[in-house]
Amino acid sequence: GWPRSGGIRGRAAMDLFGDLRRMNKRQLYYQVLNFAMIVSSALMIWKGLIVVTGSESPIVVVLSGSMEPAFHRGDLLFLTNFHDDPIRAGEIVVFKVEGRDIPIVHRVIKVHEKGNGNIKFLTKGDNNEVDDRGLYKEGQNWLEKKDVVGRARGFLPYVGMVTIIMNDYPKFKYALLAVMGAYVLLKRES
Amino acid sequence: LRKNVEDFTGPRERSDLGFVTFDITADILNGKNGLQTSRNKNTLIIFDWNVKQLFLYLSAEYSTKNNALNQVVLWDKIMLRGDNPRLSLKDMKSKYFFFDDGNGLKGNRNITLTLSWNVVPNAGILPLVTGSGHVSVPFPDTYETTKSY
Repeated sequence: GWPRSGGIRGRAAMDLFGDLRRMNKRQLYYQVLNFAMIVSSALMIWKGLIVVTGSESPIVVVLSGSMEPAFHRGDLLFLTNFHDDPIRAGEIVVFKVEGRDIPIVHRVIKVHEKGNGNIKFLTKGDNNEVDDRGLYKEGQNWLEKKDVVGRARGFLPYVGMVTIIMNDYPKFKYALLAVMGAYVLLKRES
Repeated sequence: LRKNVEDFTGPRERSDLGFVTFDITADILNGKNGLQTSRNKNTLIIFDWNVKQLFLYLSAEYSTKNNALNQVVLWDKIMLRGDNPRLSLKDMKSKYFFFDDGNGLKGNRNITLTLSWNVVPNAGILPLVTGSGHVSVPFPDTYETTKSY
């Protein structure tokens, strides 16, 4: 049998070890919840922006040089897409061609609006020689309100480069995610 | 300002094509701005530390039977910070074809030409500013068949 003193100490040790294991599990759950909260908050902020701006993609990254020297690849644009905002010549719009996923950032150069509010318009990149008809769908000569993702209201240079790098070098993206994940999970709140 | 109207084959249909020549005198410094075809200049906007460039454009706005509102950009120019802020352009031809969506240019008495610009900052908001001067241009009732442009 156990020596009595050893037994008491033995049982205490077992209890302590049990406590430790339970505490680590609790701490782990806590960290995971913390992480989930951060992700949810970020998602909520993004959804909130979508609601407030009326645009399905309120922040976009400029992907090409067709609007230079105003915007360069990697610049970040902030969009709004209010329903009552009419589309007017000179505005910078972000649109998607039907059937394609890539948003294009160009300037409106022609507008024809009917009395009932029906608008059709033509766009052109500042840095391009010709208008965008070549970019539209086969047989499509004009854009309509439904093609618009939003109107550029503000911009920040360079910041969007991170997204482009992550897209072009997926290893970088995974490394970044791994580092972020490790940081959040291992961070101890003292 | 001289104008002809010629019938031209646009996208699929025959639409009116207008030709306009214009003078632009603008002084883009401080304050308000003006587009003139002749005399007085007013002073204009400021090129401050956060202004990277101005994208200037001359647009024609008018209404037709087909469309309540039409806007066509006839000419544009990028003015970088450091460029001469005074514009004195004479006898300019439009850079882009002035097609109407239909035949609304013929006999249209009221085409308004305005100079506007997009302020592109180094970072921040992108405002569109319209100049305070504008010119009204009427188009004749007949088409020109000769290439007198």
